[in-house]
Amino acid sequence: MIKMEGVSKSYSTGAPALNCVSLHINKGEFVFIVGDSGSGKSTLIKLLLRELTPTTGQIAVNGCELNKLKRRKIPKFRRNIGVVFQDFRLLKDRNVYENVAFAQRVVEIPTRQIRKNVPAMLSLVGLAEKYKAKPKQLSGGEQQRVALARALVNNPPILLADEPTGNLDPRNSWEIMKLLEEINKRGTTVLVVTHNREIVNAMRKRVITVKKGMIVSDEEKGEYIDED
Amino acid sequence: MRISTLMYTFNQGFKNIFRNKVFSLASIATISSCIFLFGLFYAVIVNFQYIVREAQSGVAITVFFDEGITDEKIKEIGEEIKSREEVSQVNYISADEAWESFKEEYLGEYADGFENDNPLEDASNYEIYMKDVSRQSTLVQYLESLEGVRTVNRSDITADALSNVNILIGYVSAGIIFILLAVSIFLISNTVTIGISVRKEEISIMKLIGAKDFVVRAPFVIEGIIIGIIGSTLPLIAVYYIYNNVIAYATEKFTVLSDILRFLSVEEVFSTLIPISIAMGVGIGFFGSFSTVRKHLRV
Repeated sequence: MIKMEGVSKSYSTGAPALNCVSLHINKGEFVFIVGDSGSGKSTLIKLLLRELTPTTGQIAVNGCELNKLKRRKIPKFRRNIGVVFQDFRLLKDRNVYENVAFAQRVVEIPTRQIRKNVPAMLSLVGLAEKYKAKPKQLSGGEQQRVALARALVNNPPILLADEPTGNLDPRNSWEIMKLLEEINKRGTTVLVVTHNREIVNAMRKRVITVKKGMIVSDEEKGEYIDED
Repeated sequence: MRISTLMYTFNQGFKNIFRNKVFSLASIATISSCIFLFGLFYAVIVNFQYIVREAQSGVAITVFFDEGITDEKIKEIGEEIKSREEVSQVNYISADEAWESFKEEYLGEYADGFENDNPLEDASNYEIYMKDVSRQSTLVQYLESLEGVRTVNRSDITADALSNVNILIGYVSAGIIFILLAVSIFLISNTVTIGISVRKEEISIMKLIGAKDFVVRAPFVIEGIIIGIIGSTLPLIAVYYIYNNVIAYATEKFTVLSDILRFLSVEEVFSTLIPISIAMGVGIGFFGSFSTVRKHLRV
């Protein structure tokens, strides 16, 4: 489902953000990518979303070779990937329903279909009652659930979550993780970038550790490895 | 594109105006100020041009003929003059008409002493009006070279003064248009820069979800066009009222100068000003929003 071969990414200044990274993630897997700040985790997500292009190496996501992907084909490619961010990135002037429906509208789903899909997705994340609320009326955990609903409403086969619990307290963090696990059980491939040690250690999933732009460990049912 | 997407796009364009009230008001105010200044300036300039054009059309060259010239020759000269490109109108004044006009204007009842004599019997002439008085010297040179022409009377000072005024209006117009454009671009780019920070996040979210460039751009462009239409309509209304009142005031207060100061009617000015201003407003709105969004589409 996700394949990276010898991928490096250098910015104009400083050391390379990623250095000859190779990894394979299969359909239906739940994978944690862990590492401290500046280790290259976010660059990896941006490469998978085709926000960035690698300096060297090949990336294939969902059968699509990103190096050969033309600019005009990027929107169609991204429709197969759901994405969740640490800072939620919700539209503050729109309510919960509109934030989720927005993802369907921009990919031109008919309104009739949107009216069915959005409430169903809000029920899945436990926010059916709060569909009229604006983001600022919600807690951090609720906002992240809205972001999750938005990421999943188009039924993407892959979900990328960049520090999804970074702004949440432990209780809300666990709720989001349980949701991600539930989504994974339904068949979605889930890739979570995090440095939340407790969650990684407790969930016993595949853990890929990135350090200074390189993969230093890749373990099934792994644990968070300290920098030291 | 689906009809529902199209409707959503229009809907969002309208809603965006209210969502970002401060940005919308700032944009409308910026466009309005520029178009207001343009409208005032345009009204002044077209009236100046009108007054000068009117004055120019009254400047005539008079051509007198050699003694004993035949009517056929006079006709021939007349045809040659009419064929000149710079000539707008040629009137033939016969010796009798010239004498009648002179009597009426200067002699009144004292003209009776002349009985049937016409002291101006060699004064038949052509009265020539030009399209452009700046070409008077070329025409005079040509007229003087014609066989059968005795004298060419003209007012060099009036012609020169009017063509100088015309040139001056041209330079002043170009200068003011340049300054207005520079100020407009500066103000609009500043307003757009403020708008970008508000929109950056929204555009990047749309792009990451998989929206095509057109779907991302369309609501912003519609918003820009609506702002442009509002921003150009408001100053047009203001200029309309100001123009009407100023013309009414000037016509009433300066009746002495009514022969010189003749203004264009509000309809004449606005028949051109309305389409230009709306095109400017829509153009600024369209290109402003188009270029703003474009910078952020490469996500």
